[in-house]
Amino acid sequence: MIFELNGKNVSFEAIPSLTLLDLLRNEFGLTSVKKGCDQGECGACTVLLDGMPVNSCLILSPQVEGKRVTTIDGLSENPLMIELRDAFMENGAVQCGFCTPGMLLSSYSLLRDNRNPTEEEVKMAIEGNICRCTGYVKIIEAVLDAAVRIGPD
Amino acid sequence: MSINNHNTHILPKFEYYSPKNIEEACKILSELPEDSKILAGGTDLIPKMKEGVLKPKNIINIKQIQGLSGIQEKDNCIIIGANTKIRDIEKNLIIQKKADILHQATKKIGSVQIRNIATIGGNICNASPAADGVAALIALNAEISIIGVKKKKTIKLEAFFKGPGKTILNKEEILTEIKFPVPEPGSYGYYCKLGRVSLDLATVSLAVQLKMVDEKVENIIIVSGSVAPTPLRLYNIENLCINKKITNDLIDEVAEKISREIKPISDTRASADYRYLAIKGLAKEAFSQILEKSRGTR
Repeated sequence: MIFELNGKNVSFEAIPSLTLLDLLRNEFGLTSVKKGCDQGECGACTVLLDGMPVNSCLILSPQVEGKRVTTIDGLSENPLMIELRDAFMENGAVQCGFCTPGMLLSSYSLLRDNRNPTEEEVKMAIEGNICRCTGYVKIIEAVLDAAVRIGPD
Repeated sequence: MSINNHNTHILPKFEYYSPKNIEEACKILSELPEDSKILAGGTDLIPKMKEGVLKPKNIINIKQIQGLSGIQEKDNCIIIGANTKIRDIEKNLIIQKKADILHQATKKIGSVQIRNIATIGGNICNASPAADGVAALIALNAEISIIGVKKKKTIKLEAFFKGPGKTILNKEEILTEIKFPVPEPGSYGYYCKLGRVSLDLATVSLAVQLKMVDEKVENIIIVSGSVAPTPLRLYNIENLCINKKITNDLIDEVAEKISREIKPISDTRASADYRYLAIKGLAKEAFSQILEKSRGTR
């Protein structure tokens, strides 16, 4: 089976009982996709599926056939992601870092569709990403700061 | 002893089917034994399989079947395909404009990541008494279409449930679409739920959809979630409101009487006593909000 991973077509052996999360980590070595609760609660395994954030631990690998999967690795040169990353670092929004890839992808998806979000909208966008260090205040500040940096258009 | 009894998060072994169309899906389902499960979004099925609560021998993925998703307005009805993602319903402008209660309810389902994969058909077929989307859809007087090997049928959504996790679906049948009349002018809806944090399943929920003519309630549907084995219509409270103006006195009377209409149990989320009390608060909130909306003060 073939799907698009970070801009490149890749083929893989679709084992139904293998989740997208395990496929990405074990077969493709993308350990930026974190395995937290493995039950769709914590958001550490967030990836973009056809551009939308999803929990990769809840998706069976054959279900991604023909789809587009993006992890933070695929957005390393992306201008919006660069601003977000800088804003996270400068605002102290990273503590242990385990939730950070998922937080970045959820925030990226928000700012891509809404360049001037309210604090409430930021909270809604990251409600599926749990930070065990409880650094939410800094994370929200970082996302709002990134929105200022990228400007209105 | 099976390793999966210990919540290892390892998916048990299963056979995987990916039918191309609905007829093929029904045929596969009819030929397979009872311990088969339909996979749509998988946001409920996959965690339950990882926990070892469900161990289906066969999984039939229907997500890729064409023509099962989308939202359209036709003949004064809104039709939603069963495979439509919750997030797509939440963002849909027809729903936001004409069926606000469903917009409100879908916004309260899980997280963005969950809503991007979970489907409305799954929200219904899981038959959770707490399902946010279901309470709102019953309040909108929704019907559902079910397709089997040979026949198609349409039933009222509220008649679909038999108990927690149990529906009237036969093993070869698939839910295909949900349909409800566009609420008439003068209609207002409100959905509210209580949970510990925003992602939680509802501890208690309440959906109220009504139509007012000359400030009086002409028709009304009230549905409560997590207070009975299935989503529960509160007919006695509906009858109490018919032909009356919504006043503070009526709201107090509804709040006073609503606890008698529910049959909650105590479970991990809350005690029955809590639910008897909490439903009063939700009733006050819902009716006050509708009153405010109808006055155009919102």
